[in-house]
Amino acid sequence: MRKILVGIKRVVDYNVRIRVKPDNSGVVLDGVKMSVNPFDEIALEEALRIRERGEAEEIVAVSIGPDDAQQQLRTALAMGADRAILVKHDGMLEPLTVAKTLMAIVSREQPELVILGKQAIDDDNSQATQMLSALWDRPQVTCASKVEIKGNTLSVVREVDAGLETLEVDLPAVISADLRLNEPRYVKLPDIMKAKKKPLDVVEFASLNVATPGQLTATHYEPPKARAKGVMVKDVAELISALKNKGLV
Amino acid sequence: MYSYQAPRRDMQFVIHEVLGCAQALAKMGRSEVDHDTINAIMEEGAKFAEGVLSPLNAEGDQTPAYWDNGVVRVPDSFKTAHQQFCSGGWSGIGADPQYGGQGLPIQARVATDEMFVSAAMAWRMCTGLTDGAMQTLISHGSAEQIQGTVPHLVSGVWTGTMCLTEPHSGTDLGLMRTRAAVDTQSPGQYRISGTKIYISWGEHELSENIVHLVLAKLPDSPAGTRGISLFLVPKKIDGQANGVRCLSVEHKMGIHGSPTCVMQFDEAKATLIGQVNGGLACMFTMMNHARLGVGLQGLGLSERAWQAASQYARDRLQGRSMTQAALPGTSADPIIVHPDVRRMLLTLRSLTEGSRLLLYYVYQLQDRELSGDSAPESTRAGEWVAFLVPIVKAFLTDSAMETTSLAIQVHGGAGFIRATGVEQYLRDAKITAIYEGTNGIQALDLVGRKLAANGGRILQSLLLELGQVLQAPCPPSLQPLATRLAELLQEWQALSVHLLQAAATNPDELGAAGADYLAFCGYTLLAWSWLRAGLVAEAALQSGQEPEFYAGKVAVARFYAQRLLPRTLAHAAAVRAGAASMMDPAGLAG
Repeated sequence: MRKILVGIKRVVDYNVRIRVKPDNSGVVLDGVKMSVNPFDEIALEEALRIRERGEAEEIVAVSIGPDDAQQQLRTALAMGADRAILVKHDGMLEPLTVAKTLMAIVSREQPELVILGKQAIDDDNSQATQMLSALWDRPQVTCASKVEIKGNTLSVVREVDAGLETLEVDLPAVISADLRLNEPRYVKLPDIMKAKKKPLDVVEFASLNVATPGQLTATHYEPPKARAKGVMVKDVAELISALKNKGLV
Repeated sequence: MYSYQAPRRDMQFVIHEVLGCAQALAKMGRSEVDHDTINAIMEEGAKFAEGVLSPLNAEGDQTPAYWDNGVVRVPDSFKTAHQQFCSGGWSGIGADPQYGGQGLPIQARVATDEMFVSAAMAWRMCTGLTDGAMQTLISHGSAEQIQGTVPHLVSGVWTGTMCLTEPHSGTDLGLMRTRAAVDTQSPGQYRISGTKIYISWGEHELSENIVHLVLAKLPDSPAGTRGISLFLVPKKIDGQANGVRCLSVEHKMGIHGSPTCVMQFDEAKATLIGQVNGGLACMFTMMNHARLGVGLQGLGLSERAWQAASQYARDRLQGRSMTQAALPGTSADPIIVHPDVRRMLLTLRSLTEGSRLLLYYVYQLQDRELSGDSAPESTRAGEWVAFLVPIVKAFLTDSAMETTSLAIQVHGGAGFIRATGVEQYLRDAKITAIYEGTNGIQALDLVGRKLAANGGRILQSLLLELGQVLQAPCPPSLQPLATRLAELLQEWQALSVHLLQAAATNPDELGAAGADYLAFCGYTLLAWSWLRAGLVAEAALQSGQEPEFYAGKVAVARFYAQRLLPRTLAHAAAVRAGAASMMDPAGLAG
């Protein structure tokens, strides 16, 4: 395989307790720690392992976001990506715009494999992989927990409600990484310095001529309701009736 | 049990906003170590400290290192972490690239150094001491010693120790008995025989080899400290065992994960480092490094104490606020509402973050000192570092005794039992006030050596520098702190003159005043640090950024001025009271 494209999204760090702005116009990002979306780290780790096995030559990390997303791309370069592309875009991104933008980069780069995180931990949409597959007209496998390359096909184990499902797809293809696919490596200190010298291209979003559908508008943000206090029940019968009363069974 | 969370935001505040480290490094010709690079190093170090090192802290405490028929055992996870640490390049972060290191200046690595100590102090001592050995060898070793040793220390395949103490020779190194003799069979080589105690990481299996830097006496050398030479003694030479054995591992109050060894040298092959009888001079070069490192341990432990106490006080529900219920409709409020708990928390916070402000500043000065140029600025920075080292070492570790004790107090009974892990911080902290020169020795170094050096001119120039912060326009919120600082800087001057005059007629006055004089200096330096931080925070508040973070800084600066600075009055009064009452034989007769 010549090339793998990996999606890297800048998100609020998973350790941060999310707070909604007082005017309900969004979440507080001021001074908040931002990181690489954890599922994207797993996606990149898988690409690195494929390359380390000699089954791929080049890994390109791509992000769509503000100028500051360069920090997350530098992290990806320090982990081991060969080069990075930032599509500079400020403001909200809806999944179809993300998929179309990725498609524009895919057309340009012609990778054999695209690996994305199964979802971003900020908006939890989990749609980019599926949409990109449709736009690209290539196979998709979501929620991958094991990836094997067999010549021109990919054997992927995915986690489904009933257990594990194994799919074989032809390359090129797009897959999304689930939690148990691998455990991302720690960055080595010398690689942080080396990452500064790796190429990072910044592309203006407008220059890609991606039609922005504008199907979604964010109107109002609200924190989830505080969890109600637990109730002790005497026996299973009482539990069932309590669940029934709440309309849960 | 609390897991460690690296205080990234506060570290960035100190490094970028208060100290402007990236700009300072650019001026030193290190522009490649820019703002984003410093942050990237900090972030990856934080992930390592939180993910790999943090679990080792309690494990090492509960599974102490032990002696097993000459072999020293530590938890397996310690070895795995050592290998990960070294293969990640962290063991060579400061070392010259010609030896395989990264050559990063101190300002770019101080935050990760703090994280590693905070996350697992006992484990970190192994690589920390190796750093010290490495620097001593680079400064004083022969080309052959350096080439044959330093690259292995950088890669972590070897580690290093410092062997000074003997059973009858602790603070007073002149009493030492370990002997060195010229090796009659191998020209230029020596043989070492004797017993050294309290050797941290003296024996272990984390690395393939261990190099011991050993102080010993050659035959016919002068008595006392002028007759001590420094030797390089490897555990193995070309894979063969040298005459070095670990006789036992101490059972001790804290840092259980770090094996504190009794080391026996029997005709062990050695080479001389530096000059014959020049051992103490070699040790002094590494003292600044080592003592600041112990100050860093104090800070690291204070940070753990502050994190635990702050979290517990927000979660623990007991009693009601006297003014307004914080959680109406429940049976109790979190204890953070109670004034006395807030007193403890703010004491913890102002000492911890104040320590960070001061120590990182001293490390910035040290970068300047070590920059290698001959600019007067660099020389002056070196003089200030020398003056500040004993203050940082003793004040930050004494503060750690207070903060770790307060963290237990905030927890109440939950802090006294083992389950929360908070009492470990206090047990680990005690040694920091003892080793690398007890805090009493630090006080003597300050009043007996540093204060009078260059005719007292070092303190003069330092006081002028500290006074600069009072030239800036001061917002009303910080006015009380600024006013008090101005008075304290004058008092510092007056107190120093008083002390030196008193000591001219009675040398005991220095020793009698040392601890209080040092504490006075420490609290004043933290006042200066908090004023700097407060001014930066006030300016940021004007721009509307992160109001909660910056308002917090201003509030803590105000608390520090009003609730902790009064301690300076007591320390100054104690200094002025003089030696008479404590040197009266009646007080301790019989």
